[in-house]
Amino acid sequence: MKYTMLIYETEADFNARTNDEQARYWGAWKAYHQALVQAGVIAGGHALQPPVTGTTVRLTGGKPDVQDGPYADTKEQLGGFIDLELPSLDAALEWAARCPAAAYGAVEIRPIHTM
Amino acid sequence: MDAPSIERVVEAVVRDSYGRLVSFLAARSRDVASAEDALGEALVAALRAWPLDGIPERPEGWLLTVARRRLIDHARHDRVRADGAVTLRLAVQRAEEAAMQPEFPDDRLKLLFVCAHPAIDPAAHTPLMLQVVLGLDAGRIARAFLVSPATMSQRLVRAKIRIRDTGMAFAVPGAAELSSRLDAVLQAVYAAYGTSWDDVAGADARLRGLAEEAVWLARVLVRLLPSEPEAHGLLALLLHCEARRPARRGSGGEYVPLSEQNVTRWSRALIDEAERELTVAAAHGTMGRFQLEAAIQSVHAQRAVTGRTEWSALALFYEALVRCAPTLGALVGHAAALAAARGAAEGLAALDAIDASSVARYQPYWAVRAHLLAETGADATEAYMRAIALSEDDAVRAFLAGRAGAAAERPGAPAT
Repeated sequence: MKYTMLIYETEADFNARTNDEQARYWGAWKAYHQALVQAGVIAGGHALQPPVTGTTVRLTGGKPDVQDGPYADTKEQLGGFIDLELPSLDAALEWAARCPAAAYGAVEIRPIHTM
Repeated sequence: MDAPSIERVVEAVVRDSYGRLVSFLAARSRDVASAEDALGEALVAALRAWPLDGIPERPEGWLLTVARRRLIDHARHDRVRADGAVTLRLAVQRAEEAAMQPEFPDDRLKLLFVCAHPAIDPAAHTPLMLQVVLGLDAGRIARAFLVSPATMSQRLVRAKIRIRDTGMAFAVPGAAELSSRLDAVLQAVYAAYGTSWDDVAGADARLRGLAEEAVWLARVLVRLLPSEPEAHGLLALLLHCEARRPARRGSGGEYVPLSEQNVTRWSRALIDEAERELTVAAAHGTMGRFQLEAAIQSVHAQRAVTGRTEWSALALFYEALVRCAPTLGALVGHAAALAAARGAAEGLAALDAIDASSVARYQPYWAVRAHLLAETGADATEAYMRAIALSEDDAVRAFLAGRAGAAAERPGAPAT
């Protein structure tokens, strides 16, 4: 089955990408990414720029209403996603538990909707 | 639960075969609802026919023959999603081949682990097991859990959709995960039995009707996991509680607390079986929550032989239980055992040490508290009132009211 791993991070986590913690932050992610590649389970994905760079659009009265910032103003924001090809939810949960963000943020597993 | 009726024996075989078939089909199609749907009519037909015609030589084959007709109807009406129907039909074909073998494969353990999967709402674990593994109807399960049949059906349907769409693995977890995952399975079976801390309150009235089904599931678990001591521990615990069922009510239906039960009304056969299970568990040399709970019941059971209760042994077992599973039941049981072993004051001190906000709605806490206050000659009226207000069982309420009255009349008791 195909799953997407949604990675949620706090503002502090986003900051850790560029401040003096960045070596530790990227080190963990690099190792994790390598493990995914070696296992042959990765099928795509991206890290996203911080939520302040987001722009949200919704139609109000037929007209696009464009607002700066992310869709929802929550403590933890979507920081990226990884597509996985795995036999079961249980296998996906195992990979989720190994993800660096599981230790400092949260990781959600969703099956991919096939059209 | 002495000599089971023929109907009960036949029902056991029907539900056994049904559970094996649902598990076999679901493990291959991942679609629990469709597997149940295919077999539902066959289950009802077997429950009607087998007590009259006898148990067929190949029970699973019989059920599959009835189910096949249902599947053909389905294909005709095209009510199932086409891809799912193909997977299910293939699984049925495999099942038919398997049904020719001397013994049908048993995938029920995989299904039990799916029912108690951490990705499923814990409130759905027990109802799912009862419906999916034993084939109980949603109405009966709903009554036991005090919710409307519609609400229960919706909860079960949602859980099954989740099993299918998230792609949960139908597999027994590996060694690293087994003990934590097994704990969820055992807890769900235990919840089906109800709060078996029956010494004070009697088994939870809501769930009493499911006691036999819980024992049934516990037996299945022991058969499928013979080297897991906690599975044996759970079965021993349930058997000890079942052994006392006949003694829990007097001739007029009144509630009889454990300490006043007539031990000749306890089932010797069930106590012996419980003790054997506990011995098997102990041979593995790893203690656990359910073995400790069973050991506590075992100490109580010895009163039938020795005529007395070893309260100091009970206090020690409860101490160990509180350390490994500090549930409210264990904490209150610990206090009650301390009181009996070393005096009411120690028991009250142990009760005072429990977080007050967690016991506000916990009946056994107030029943034990009332009992101990009365014993020390203090005013127990308020504690009795709270215990009565929290009791769901008429007989328990009447018993507590009687105790409260006796305490109030005792010389030195404060006037009300």
